[in-house]
Amino acid sequence: MASPPEEKQRPARFLLDGHVVEAADASPTTTLLQYLRGPLGRCGTKEGCAEGDCGACTVVVGEPHGEGMRYRAVNSCIRFVPTLDGKEVVTVESLRAPDGTLHPVQQALVEAHASQCGFCTPGFVMSLFALWLEREAVTREAAVEALSGNLCRCTGYRPILDAAMRMHGLGPSTHWPKGTEHDARRRAQVPVDPQPVRTPGYFAPRTIAALAQAYLEAPDSLLLAGGTDVGLWVTKQLRDLPPILYLGDVAELDRIVEKDGALEIGAAASLTDGYGAIVARYPMLAELAERFGSPPVRNSGTLCGNVANGSPIGDSMPVLIALGSEVVLRRGEQERVLPMEALYLGYRKSAMQPGEFVRAVRVPLPRADRHVATYKISKRRDQDISAVCAAFAFTLRGGNVEEARIAYGGMAATPKRAAAAEDALRGKPWSATSVRAAIEALARDFAPIDDMRASAAYRQRMAGALLERFHAQTTGASA
Amino acid sequence: MSVGERLPHESAHLHVSGAAPYADDIPLPANALHGAFGLSSVAHGRIAALDLAAVAAFPGVHAVLTARDIPGENNCAPVIKDDPILADGLVQYAGQTMFLVLADSHDAARRAARKATVRYEKLPAIFDIREALAAESFVAPTRTLVRGEPIERLAAAPQRLKGTMTLGGQDHFYLEGQVAFAVPQEDGGMLVVSSTQHPSEVQHLVAHALGLESHDVTVQCRRMGGGFGGKETQAALIACAAAVAAWRTKRPVKLRLDRDDDMVATGKRHEFIADYDVGFDAEGRILALDVMMASRCGYSMDLSAAVNDRAVCHVDNAYFLEHVRIVSHRCKTNTVSNTAFRGFGGPQGMMVIESVIDEIARSLGRDPIDVRRVNFYGVGPRDTTPYGMTVEDNVMPRIASELEASSAYRERREAVARHNRGNTATKRGLAFTPVKFGISFNATLFNQAGALVHVYTDGSVLVNHGGTEMGQGLYTKVLQVVAETFGLSRENVRASTTDTSKVPNTSATAASAGSDLNGKAAEAAALAVRARMAEVAAQEMSVEVTAIRFAGGKVHGGPREMTFAAVARKAYERRVSLSSSGFYRTPKIHWDRDKLTGRPFFYFAYGAAVAEVEIDVGTGENRLLRVDILHDVGRSLNPAIDLGQIEGGFLQGMGWLTTEELCWNAEGHLITHAPSTYKIPTAREWPADARVSLLDNSNVEDTIHRSKAVGEPPLMLGMSVFFALRDAVAACGSGRESPRLRAPATPEALLDAIDSLRGTTNAIPARKVPA
Repeated sequence: MASPPEEKQRPARFLLDGHVVEAADASPTTTLLQYLRGPLGRCGTKEGCAEGDCGACTVVVGEPHGEGMRYRAVNSCIRFVPTLDGKEVVTVESLRAPDGTLHPVQQALVEAHASQCGFCTPGFVMSLFALWLEREAVTREAAVEALSGNLCRCTGYRPILDAAMRMHGLGPSTHWPKGTEHDARRRAQVPVDPQPVRTPGYFAPRTIAALAQAYLEAPDSLLLAGGTDVGLWVTKQLRDLPPILYLGDVAELDRIVEKDGALEIGAAASLTDGYGAIVARYPMLAELAERFGSPPVRNSGTLCGNVANGSPIGDSMPVLIALGSEVVLRRGEQERVLPMEALYLGYRKSAMQPGEFVRAVRVPLPRADRHVATYKISKRRDQDISAVCAAFAFTLRGGNVEEARIAYGGMAATPKRAAAAEDALRGKPWSATSVRAAIEALARDFAPIDDMRASAAYRQRMAGALLERFHAQTTGASA
Repeated sequence: MSVGERLPHESAHLHVSGAAPYADDIPLPANALHGAFGLSSVAHGRIAALDLAAVAAFPGVHAVLTARDIPGENNCAPVIKDDPILADGLVQYAGQTMFLVLADSHDAARRAARKATVRYEKLPAIFDIREALAAESFVAPTRTLVRGEPIERLAAAPQRLKGTMTLGGQDHFYLEGQVAFAVPQEDGGMLVVSSTQHPSEVQHLVAHALGLESHDVTVQCRRMGGGFGGKETQAALIACAAAVAAWRTKRPVKLRLDRDDDMVATGKRHEFIADYDVGFDAEGRILALDVMMASRCGYSMDLSAAVNDRAVCHVDNAYFLEHVRIVSHRCKTNTVSNTAFRGFGGPQGMMVIESVIDEIARSLGRDPIDVRRVNFYGVGPRDTTPYGMTVEDNVMPRIASELEASSAYRERREAVARHNRGNTATKRGLAFTPVKFGISFNATLFNQAGALVHVYTDGSVLVNHGGTEMGQGLYTKVLQVVAETFGLSRENVRASTTDTSKVPNTSATAASAGSDLNGKAAEAAALAVRARMAEVAAQEMSVEVTAIRFAGGKVHGGPREMTFAAVARKAYERRVSLSSSGFYRTPKIHWDRDKLTGRPFFYFAYGAAVAEVEIDVGTGENRLLRVDILHDVGRSLNPAIDLGQIEGGFLQGMGWLTTEELCWNAEGHLITHAPSTYKIPTAREWPADARVSLLDNSNVEDTIHRSKAVGEPPLMLGMSVFFALRDAVAACGSGRESPRLRAPATPEALLDAIDSLRGTTNAIPARKVPA
């Protein structure tokens, strides 16, 4: 997308340690990690994998929120610099006071003997700093969840978890005080500009209308949201990207509202916020939400991005499809609504037209008579990609299956309903016999593949085992 | 006053502040170039045509180097010269380095490296161990250790069983990938900053590659972001390539491997298979054992002979094997050359005997802990290893008794059985596994170290030694030793970067021996300086030198005292040297490599773990419910650091045997080459209920302050989790059959093992993935 000459060019600006950094020398795909370690000469933040899986690069990004600021951990290795416009970046170097006094998070790690080689440590410091800001005390479970995106190869994690549980007891930080007045002060320092960011190859409109118009005019642009997948196209596949249209600066898209019996989650809403809203209504989905990626990935990535990307192993789609969710597609000034499963035509092939994008996802609200569950099988419990992800939304009446919606990830080239299995169950007693018949039907629904995550045979078997698990949980039987 | 304290890691305050520089963080001169390798895409073949025109033409590229650009030896191998820095006409594994791009930026170099056009003439390739055995494809001669009359005793044994074991490899996954930079120096010299466990070897290999002498090359390493054996020999490839590039371009060159390239191009832990035949009595006492072990070494020798020798030396683990034969094959395959990894073959050797014992116990219907116990080395009788070394310091029976009691093993065995009787959806398993690990390099000559201690006239102390810091706390322990020697606190002593121009001819920081060797060498250097300072102090205070004591920052001479700094100043004024080198060689050890006999180890480190797990019978999902560990570090130099080694080693060993699965496709390409697909443990895997203790013990040998090495042994505590999983799988059957569980025990592997036990399907061999 070539910018018309009359459009004003403006680089991104962000706040770092109280100073505004104008990132005029960053390309559209320069990652924050590259920018910190290169032009800014801040080498405390490390590269361990450059794909958002190890957490050594974790930094905290603050954005104006309400009257103050909201700080969250993100992976700097897959975060493009221009997307930080109007935000504050906090790195491991930001926390120590000028006189050398360590921040309570840092002090707790030292006292717990929580660093060995120290290479992962800056990332742990920043994940814990986000947790320290967010809470007044930390349980072991909260620490484990907050750190699922940080790998350490030396310690065994025990001392790091100890530090997490101890850090709030070390008193306040004079260098980085907590509290609304301090947030307000920082907020006042964050650069604000009515002009959208626009540089060669990058444009970040501020309204849905402007975004839709720009995409319609240049449908070959790359629509960028959280970048937790697109980032890897650059850092791993070394692809040259087309001009980027960034939707993260469209405030109207960062909305989650209840409307017409559905929860509508906007395209710029993060996975953290999106799942937060979903889990508030469907508490049984909490485990999936917590096992989706890691906190830094969920803080950057968006639910609509996961849906639009349409990966066969994305964990959001099975349950959203099972619930009967819809996607709101926008093209220019037109909007249309599709059932989510109709979006997926083939491997990474979608029903979207050129210039069309997912403006929002609509998730039906819970119904008292509907049983919902989703399960994920992976080699490692946390922060792993599913071998199989299963989701079930059943309406049961009088011991019979009135409605069965079953969807799987990892079983086909797209996230997919199990039509034959649903047919085998609809109208039947919700019994072990019916479940066995449905498991046989699953063999007609799917022909999964062998890969490094699992064999085809194991996947097929898990599809059935998870249906059995759902049956056991809804009937109180032992599987 | 310093030794034995729970002091923090010397860099802890820097780690948490992002102020501890690693090789990639050190600023380079402005004209520096950045490198990236071009990697082969076939596992075995001749390079028929290598067209690099598009690489050279890529924007920002300064030069492209191939084997022809290496002025000296095209080799970065440690033992025999069989690892080319850049492939010369022949590639022997998918991912082998073929050329090196030098560009203005790392990004440009990586992008350019993908622009090459290569035509290969493919050659037949061997990937797996059984294929290699059938083809007699070996990197080193097969070795056999025989003691007693194993074959005769097997035939005569009242009970006998045969089995087989499959063990996967492991990627080191140090968080800091391989990196080095080289800066040309005056008069033809070369400075190399390398993330390496073995600066001296890097120095030698760089010198050979450049056609220089050792004194022309200086190698430095302040710290690594993890090593685990992966930077013992593997760092040389990166350092040599960077040095060749700097020599060619006459500019500083940095070479840092992207994570995927690192995992594809550098060696890992050896995969093993073993077939065994064991004879035993009604109690489970092993009467005779015949083992065939074979490992996947990859395309070249690297350290494979030594790794496999150590595997042979650890098949006994903690058990007396009176009549035993161990045949060890070192298979050559068209895969990356496997290398050192924490334990160095020891873990694989131990897994063999632990599998054997587990099977014996199940076949007899006895609790495996009881069968383990009847086989332990004795104190007095039954105390010589298959390789002829007397076990003089056996604390295993004591560890087993203490841990059995403290972990409430018997009560929990009952509770596990109750759970399993009452549940069909989940099964629990419990296992006790011991570790006895030999400390010293098997090869006697490596067991030496040097150090350098300076005292300045203000009383501050600087120490330098040949060991490297990879997170294990070696620098901290050496600082403690030197401070203790001078009666100072640790803050009075500073450690400087490991540097081949300060301490020469060093051994790798490996074999868990870092503190044993360098601690003793640093102590020797400090003692030499202290003796001279004592003379000075005695003269100053007019007392006998025997009356001089160094303590609390002071030098005491009977009723009088001077500050340490004052004595240093006086020594200077009296023209007494305040600097000394120190040297240490491990006593008592000897090893006949051909006969596999001798006393290769100065002593043994011991430990044991009890793990309890639960598995989901329908899916194979599992979790560790509790672990109890009792580990022997002798008299600890620093209990906080030792605890960190124990906990971290345990989890790394557990990862090896559970979630860390390396997968290759049919073309021999590694397809798990990033953390998205290769899953090391996360914080979730550390169990909420973990009870880790240090054994109250002192080394019977005269080691540094009677401590014991702690780097590698705890890794093998992770075996307890594997055998607990096996126990849980066994509970899915009658309990008497032995599950055929491969390692790593992924959920899928567990389900396969349950199937094979229940006879629902045939045992499934390790998966192969199509290209």
